Amino acid sequence: MSFARSAIASTRAVVARSGKRGFTSSSSRKSESLFVHRDTDYNNPSIKFQFTPENLKRANEIISRYPTQYKKGACMPLLDLGQRQNKGWTSISVMNEVARLLDMPKMRVYEVATFYTMYNREPVAPNFIQLCTTTPCQLGGCGSTKILETIESKLGIHAGQSTKDGKFTLIEVECLGACSNAPMMQIGDEYYEDLTPETTVKILDALAKGEKPQPGPQTGRQTSENSAGLTALTSKPYGPGEFCSPEFQ
Amino acid sequence: MLRRIAQKNVSRVAGPSHARLLSTTVPRQADITLTIDGKEVSVPQGTALIQACEKAGAAVPRFCYHDRLAIAGNCRMCLVEVERSPKPVASCAMPAMPGSKVFTNTPLVHKAREGVMEFLLANHPLDCPICDQGGECDLQDQSMRYGSDRTRFHEITGKRAVENKDLGPIVKTSMNRCIQCTRCVRFANDVAGVEDLGTTGRGNDLQIGMYIEKTMDSEMSGNIIDLCPVGALTSKPYAFQARPWELKKTESVDVLDAVGSNIRVDSRGVQVMRVQPKINDEINEEWISDKTRYAYDGLKYQRLTTPLVREGSKFVPASWETAMETIRHGYLNSGARGDEIKAVAGALADTETLVALKDLVNRLGSENTTLDSKLGDLPPAQSVDIRSNYLFNTGIENVEEADAILLIGTNPRHEAATINSRFRKQFLHKGTEFAVIGEKFDSTFEYDHVGTSAKDVEAFLTGKADKGFAKIFKNAKKPLVVVGSAVTETKDGAAVLKAVSKYVSDNAGKFLTPEWTGFSVLQRAASRAAAYDIGFTPSTSASSAKPKFVFLLNADDVDPSSIPEDAFVVYQGHHGDHGAQFADVCLPAAAYTEKSATWINTEGRSQLGRTAVPPPGASREDWKIIRALSEVIGNPLPYDDPLTLRQRMFDISPTLVRYDAIEKPSPEITKVGLQSLSSAKSSSSSASTTPFKKPISDFYRTDPISRASVTMADCSKAFTKKQYTIETVDDRTAQASYA
Amino acid sequence: MIRSRTLLRSLPSSSGSSSLRSSAAAKVTVGSIGSRSLATVSDPPVRHYGGLKDQDRIFTNLYLKHDHGLKGAQSRGDWHKTKDILLKGDSWIIQTIKDSGLRGRGGAGFPSGLKWSFMNKPGWEKDPRPRYLVVNADEGEPGTCKDREIMRGDPHKLVEGCLVAGRAMNASAAYIYIRGEFYQEASHLQQAIDEAYKAGLIGKNACNSGYDFDVYLHRGAGAYICGEETALIESIEGKQGKPRLKPPFPADVGLFGCPTTVANVETVAVAPTIARRGGSWFAGFGRERNSGTKVYCISGHVNNPCVIEEEMSIPLQELIEKHCGGIRGGWQNLKGIIPGGCSVPVIPRSDCEKVLMDYDSLKDAQTSLGTGAVIVMDQTTDMISAIARFAKFYKHESCGQCTPCREGTTWMMNMMDRMVEGRAQEREIDMLLELTKQVEGHTICALGDAAAWPIQGLMRHFRPEVEARLAAFHAKNGQTLFGGRLLSEADTRYAIPDNLGGDAQRNIAQVSAP
Repeated sequence: MSFARSAIASTRAVVARSGKRGFTSSSSRKSESLFVHRDTDYNNPSIKFQFTPENLKRANEIISRYPTQYKKGACMPLLDLGQRQNKGWTSISVMNEVARLLDMPKMRVYEVATFYTMYNREPVAPNFIQLCTTTPCQLGGCGSTKILETIESKLGIHAGQSTKDGKFTLIEVECLGACSNAPMMQIGDEYYEDLTPETTVKILDALAKGEKPQPGPQTGRQTSENSAGLTALTSKPYGPGEFCSPEFQ
Repeated sequence: MLRRIAQKNVSRVAGPSHARLLSTTVPRQADITLTIDGKEVSVPQGTALIQACEKAGAAVPRFCYHDRLAIAGNCRMCLVEVERSPKPVASCAMPAMPGSKVFTNTPLVHKAREGVMEFLLANHPLDCPICDQGGECDLQDQSMRYGSDRTRFHEITGKRAVENKDLGPIVKTSMNRCIQCTRCVRFANDVAGVEDLGTTGRGNDLQIGMYIEKTMDSEMSGNIIDLCPVGALTSKPYAFQARPWELKKTESVDVLDAVGSNIRVDSRGVQVMRVQPKINDEINEEWISDKTRYAYDGLKYQRLTTPLVREGSKFVPASWETAMETIRHGYLNSGARGDEIKAVAGALADTETLVALKDLVNRLGSENTTLDSKLGDLPPAQSVDIRSNYLFNTGIENVEEADAILLIGTNPRHEAATINSRFRKQFLHKGTEFAVIGEKFDSTFEYDHVGTSAKDVEAFLTGKADKGFAKIFKNAKKPLVVVGSAVTETKDGAAVLKAVSKYVSDNAGKFLTPEWTGFSVLQRAASRAAAYDIGFTPSTSASSAKPKFVFLLNADDVDPSSIPEDAFVVYQGHHGDHGAQFADVCLPAAAYTEKSATWINTEGRSQLGRTAVPPPGASREDWKIIRALSEVIGNPLPYDDPLTLRQRMFDISPTLVRYDAIEKPSPEITKVGLQSLSSAKSSSSSASTTPFKKPISDFYRTDPISRASVTMADCSKAFTKKQYTIETVDDRTAQASYA
Repeated sequence: MIRSRTLLRSLPSSSGSSSLRSSAAAKVTVGSIGSRSLATVSDPPVRHYGGLKDQDRIFTNLYLKHDHGLKGAQSRGDWHKTKDILLKGDSWIIQTIKDSGLRGRGGAGFPSGLKWSFMNKPGWEKDPRPRYLVVNADEGEPGTCKDREIMRGDPHKLVEGCLVAGRAMNASAAYIYIRGEFYQEASHLQQAIDEAYKAGLIGKNACNSGYDFDVYLHRGAGAYICGEETALIESIEGKQGKPRLKPPFPADVGLFGCPTTVANVETVAVAPTIARRGGSWFAGFGRERNSGTKVYCISGHVNNPCVIEEEMSIPLQELIEKHCGGIRGGWQNLKGIIPGGCSVPVIPRSDCEKVLMDYDSLKDAQTSLGTGAVIVMDQTTDMISAIARFAKFYKHESCGQCTPCREGTTWMMNMMDRMVEGRAQEREIDMLLELTKQVEGHTICALGDAAAWPIQGLMRHFRPEVEARLAAFHAKNGQTLFGGRLLSEADTRYAIPDNLGGDAQRNIAQVSAP
């Protein structure tokens, strides 16, 4: 399921609701996949959220990028800022605070927060692994399926779950736009590309130890050049005015 | 404030964000001609293609398109073929182009619509037999034409399941049936002004809701039930009560406020099953308030069904003869003479009965015809000789032209909910500026609060107009002052009217032109305009008389202290409400759904309400009771049937029986009226600083009918008192398995 | 006719190869191209495309080998005499772009000069509204990773491009909408913007030209649909990324209700270089109507997947052999290629040998250049599974606004998922195709079309494979009913309608009857 973000807190959900069952055979879903907010002890409007002075300054800088009467343009960046401040997830209080800052009806913020997949509406672990499993990653390199298996067996969780120690959350995501470096995953903000099961394990081990592995391709190439040697851009780049029409030389 | 203006200006420059919303309010432009199915039609430029098709007589199916809402273009059912367009075109979202050739009935169009219909039905539960929308369901109807006789959707993954939402005591949801047309979302945001409803999530899991669990807190929420093209939003009070085809439909007029919204009363046998809006562009467009829609169950409870005579501290049922005889004795024994005979008319009194009662009282030598409002015993603050002094002169429809509106002591949201929706429309689409003097309220438009009292009115109207709303108001091309009826019922009423009329007269060039009348009084009781029209007000001398015989006609807001202990009191009405408790004799009369009666709304429009169901038990039509009483008392009124009664009404004022029309006073007459206001005696017109009070504290319980209604009690609890408990999810899962 | 156009075209050419073009030689190539529809007018001249020299590459820091900051960028010729370009005025820039034959690099391939000129309708000066250039850096089409390399290697080319393109359309500001996941790219770009502001290259009196121009960065938050121009505009306005209805088109009512043009990163970023080196230089690459250089990104089953700037119209096979070390296991091991990102139909090997990587040639092969994202699939690929994964992608990324896409993408995904396993009835293949037709062309935006095409491509070229998969499943588990249930699970006490496979049931009954 690439909806898998959904099941992030599924373990927690099961624990929280195991006592009670309705007629239906499946337990009720949490807001992550539900697109409906349910008050919980860790996510309800009475939990206060405020931007730190530093972030508030940033927020104001962001707001200034948009015409004054379209302040709400800053809704997405502010939600992102709030999410970063709020340990990587967007609680209902973050949404409410953004709505307050931007004079928007709260519902408009909820709409945005539920539409875009990068807003995590349930808590995530500090090492938030997003593994791309779209076709190019599925095909490229050793294939994302192998990487998924590697991570799952290494961490002992399935996509959409968090480890018991609270260090890792794993989800499957759609194309992250690094297809020539497939397979790849994003951990936090960083891309880890050209993965193999071995390098994947290495990265996970390093993260578990609290280290930050080197992002980017794990095979030694720098970006997306031909790994067998450059086939282009081998010469020194041309300089200002070179090859230009006479008036711009 | 200044910042806001600056923003508004910029936004006008930048073009409003809701540019698409403008389609309904674009000024008429030159007509264009196009061909639809080989038929030429001319439509104003900017018309949506779907409307042009309709004009050409080509029915185009639609779910998301609604001519009073913003265009969403998302259901894709209205696809038509346009020449030289490679793809079928959504006719709701496409403006009609001159000279284009449109086809609505080609194989391509059919194929496209059938495809869309199949997709709509794929995830739609086939539960029509247990769906309340059955029989009036757009999806059901359209599937007869564009649907396949059998489904191709057999996926083992099954259909989509969406949790139901609990929106409060009025709207019942069954979200599995939702086809995501977003009509309700657009209505809530654009018309009702509650920006709580939206679409969460995306893709196939997109759902309508509020994200957090809360009720839909709007006095207009019932309209989303009508708007919903499927059975996703249905009516809770009406749930599983009737099928549309078994209902008798009677077109009538609502009387629970003074707007005179057009309604359709759906009845089965002797019972009103539901009330639906009837389209009238000049009054309520297509909307009615929840009170209008749902107070009908109050017609079943606490009714007076037989005459009651007081014996000691108890009421005893009596025959009509006994009751009438008791009144005759009471009248004679009271020894009431002249102005000691007092008639009090309440909010739900119809015009015929007011006329009959006034005639009767006058015949008995009294001028003491009063109203049950505050200070209703006294001659009104405004001279009622000229109609424009107490009517909503601007006209309900015309308020949409105003560009700056000053509201004095009124909360239109509660006093005239459907007019308020027009205010909201203006606010959104035209950027009309609002200001309020009086108590603050939870409005559906932004306003400047420029004062609270009569003194503030004077100060605002005579003060400097150099900034803020004062400046806007001064520079407005079509300014509008709305004085709430509650203001005229206070001691400050005369002073406020004096200040306003002076201001309006001084600026007559803008306020009073043949095209525009910018002075309006907003009435909130259905009978009030009619009462003023026929002069159901006491003379100064009569108002000082101590009454010995009091006739309460639907008078339930009457001040108990105005009824002397020893007076003989008759109450005529349909509910055993407040007024009845003072009575010596109660006469059971008909409610508005049970009689054919004339109602004058706040803009002075005369409309005929029609009988949908018979009055219950021994109750009778109101005017007939008065007529019978006049006979018993020995002073028979000279009309025996509605026709002669209406002739009498015509004699009093022809406007009373010129149905469905407004006769607007000319600017000159209005000016004369205003002069009478501004020249009012200074003794009674000194403005105080007492803040104006909202006349309606609980929108859902304002009159005998709504007070008797269980639904309205639920609404009051949920919305006014905010004491609604939303069922928790786990309780609901059990329910969902069979419902 | 052909001759005259060839002549006209060869006049301003500077690449030196124009002498090779002749109409006589063109006829020879016609044969080698094979099937051609009438859509293309020009006959391809005999000329070999590809082999772009480094000196003709626009993005000289594509691989991030050099400094991406202002200093490095300037040393590579960015911001060189930008003022002079600006002072040439809007019509000069637009004419240069028109001369260059640049077509939108975001997928649709609309001529850029023409598109930009829509902003300067007669009387535009009287419109007091601000005007915006919006750069579409929401690179989310599976297979596409070119803009990413541009933004982190050559961010200044994009910022300068914003200024030049903005000047051309008299825009007052540019918003660059970058997908939220691109963190490094966004920070490089933000750094470039900050540097440019600081150096006075943009902002008030940009480059001392007297022209005011702002550039803002807006980060997305994970929605492929925001790559659609009107959805992108909605998203910048702080709303859900749901495409708008057109008309009105963005050039009339776009971002914040103002005239707006949305352009792809690559399209904008190449503008300054084209302006400096001349339209004819750019037009000298590639076939007529497909001119220029293009950043291709190759992923999938090649030996060395990479991003490479090459000449337009380079033969697909050459692109792969030369820059990607060939197909894994050799060319014969190739099964099919998706030449332009996931929304274009796949083509089989036989076509891959013939096509040139440009708009027209790929269109003739019933596919499209799209974003130039080449997804290569060798014989080991489960083609059905690959396309089913795309169906899932579209299901996930549908905005849910309009019916055919909202319902159709899910339905198609469900059917594709079943077909991966083989759990479907043969007739459902046609039904699936019919569903794709029901989605295609009936939606607000092109996502519905994009979801339909890969499946259509699959069925066009690999239908036998699908049928074989179904047959294998049936052989093992018995016939399947519509929707995926097995016939053996059906309640045979009741008649099964034909559309649920009742006819199959009867056939079986007939066969098994003695």
